Amino acid sequence: MRERRILRDVLYHLFVVAFGLLMIYPVIWMILSSFKLKSEILGAEAPFWPTKWIWQNYPDGWKGNGSITFGTFFKNSAIVSVLGTLGTVISSAMVSYALARVKFKGRQFWFTAMIMTMLLPGQVLMIPQYIIWNDLNLVGTFVPLILPKFLGWPFFIYMMMQFIRGLPKELDEAAMIDGCNKYTIFSRVILPLLGPSIITTVVISFYWIWDDYMGPLLYLSKPELKTVSLAIKGFADAQGTNFGPMFAMSSLSLIPVFLLFLFFNRYLMDGVTAGSVKG
Amino acid sequence: MQATKRKSVCSVGSFLNNDNTVGYLFALPFILSFTLLTLVPMALSLYYSFCTYTIGSSPSWVGIGNFFSLAHDATFGNSILVTLQYVVIGVPLKLVFALLIAMLLTKPTRAQGFYRAVYYIPSLIGGSVAVALVWKQLFGSRGPIVGLIQGLGAQGFNFFGSTTWAFLPLVLCNAWQFGSSMLIFASGLKQIPKDYYEASEIDGANIFRRFFSITLPCLSPIILFNLIMQLISGFMTFTQAQVITDGGPNYATNYIALNIFKEGFSYQHMGYACAQSWVMLLLMAGITGLIFKTSSHWTYYEN
Repeated sequence: MRERRILRDVLYHLFVVAFGLLMIYPVIWMILSSFKLKSEILGAEAPFWPTKWIWQNYPDGWKGNGSITFGTFFKNSAIVSVLGTLGTVISSAMVSYALARVKFKGRQFWFTAMIMTMLLPGQVLMIPQYIIWNDLNLVGTFVPLILPKFLGWPFFIYMMMQFIRGLPKELDEAAMIDGCNKYTIFSRVILPLLGPSIITTVVISFYWIWDDYMGPLLYLSKPELKTVSLAIKGFADAQGTNFGPMFAMSSLSLIPVFLLFLFFNRYLMDGVTAGSVKG
Repeated sequence: MQATKRKSVCSVGSFLNNDNTVGYLFALPFILSFTLLTLVPMALSLYYSFCTYTIGSSPSWVGIGNFFSLAHDATFGNSILVTLQYVVIGVPLKLVFALLIAMLLTKPTRAQGFYRAVYYIPSLIGGSVAVALVWKQLFGSRGPIVGLIQGLGAQGFNFFGSTTWAFLPLVLCNAWQFGSSMLIFASGLKQIPKDYYEASEIDGANIFRRFFSITLPCLSPIILFNLIMQLISGFMTFTQAQVITDGGPNYATNYIALNIFKEGFSYQHMGYACAQSWVMLLLMAGITGLIFKTSSHWTYYEN
């Protein structure tokens, strides 16, 4: 009986590990390809492991097309992602506090508006928003990619609201008796307790902004302003069948996201389920 | 004199601490974005959809002309059909897959957290251009997957050269990003009371019976949630199609979002593109509404 259970456990783990490897096979294939000679990447005779590990794809790719290197593109992505994430965290925390804890007139209306915005497909707004930024002469700058993030992101507002609703109201009341007002309750009571939710927001919003392709495609056409996601696409188009450097830069572009995931995956997992399941 | 001064200070203080003031101050970022980045663009978009408009010129009113043209536009009709194909095949596939994996990973072992993290990796990176480029080669005519299929006897098979099969790598790329649906299902599974299963086991129900009589009904509100979220994101699919197939071959993967993008920015038909996005929005709202309407028949709520 006991042996059968051990056997079943072993089979379970074998299956889960094997299937997991199949799931991340595309990532492994990309990384291995970035170390291969051009002739070994594609085709019927392509080996799984590189027969000789080639590092040259990385410096070759880093040079980019022409005078602008991937250093510039990574810098641009970092600027957009860091500022965008900062804006998302600050504005979403503020709005979620108002909607979850302050009984102001019209709160129900703004809550409904927030949910509707969350469900609205962005493509409907793509063209008119572009026209507005164009009228403001801001197309070709980072502003259309960063500024809206300082005005709250409904997904994260909702997530933080759910978190704040879970905090006991008695905390607010006790703080009020100790002389706090609505502002200091936010800064001294709610904000410190919001920690886990803030980390979740940082991780998810950072990788969404980092991976964003449509925004940069619309607003950034100057080569020196391109973000990594946009630059890789252009690089791939220009390199044709020279896949090694392209896979090298693709692998590099995923590293920041992977690092965040490595350190904060628990928070990320909590954030994904927040709001979908009661309790 | 002093009394009035104190009173005015006090009223400023009470104004600042008034719930309405605090509420609107803190909600201000969203109020601004909702009016300036959602309402105004939607109104503009509605107006442009009745105009011909290119950037740099002024819009000229054409009434329902755009919508009339849309009804006869074969490319647009096709883009709706292929989008429906993508959604109708892709979303259920993704949800079934997510549920199966979630059930597989409910077994309480010490490695559970690690397994969930590994199975989440595709969702973490799947939306990126890097993965789209990998997909393009992985499923390309000289890639390992086509090699495998050709090895099985389908000589000359090629996903991206075929109008019938080009959608499949895109659907698979979407289904592959099952991670967040999986986590949502997993937390739902955890909330199903254990005694339901124990009772049914005593009654002699087998594993399939238990799945269909306990697991599915208890999960139905979560299935509804996942279904709606995945439908919306499925209808909006853009990056993968733009990078992997760019709508081809012969418009077989020319999804609505991609079509709107091309119409608006490549051909500069901004008014016409706005009209398309309104049709898309109404279609999505209709389908989502229909699902909500029928959901009372197939979702089961306790308490």
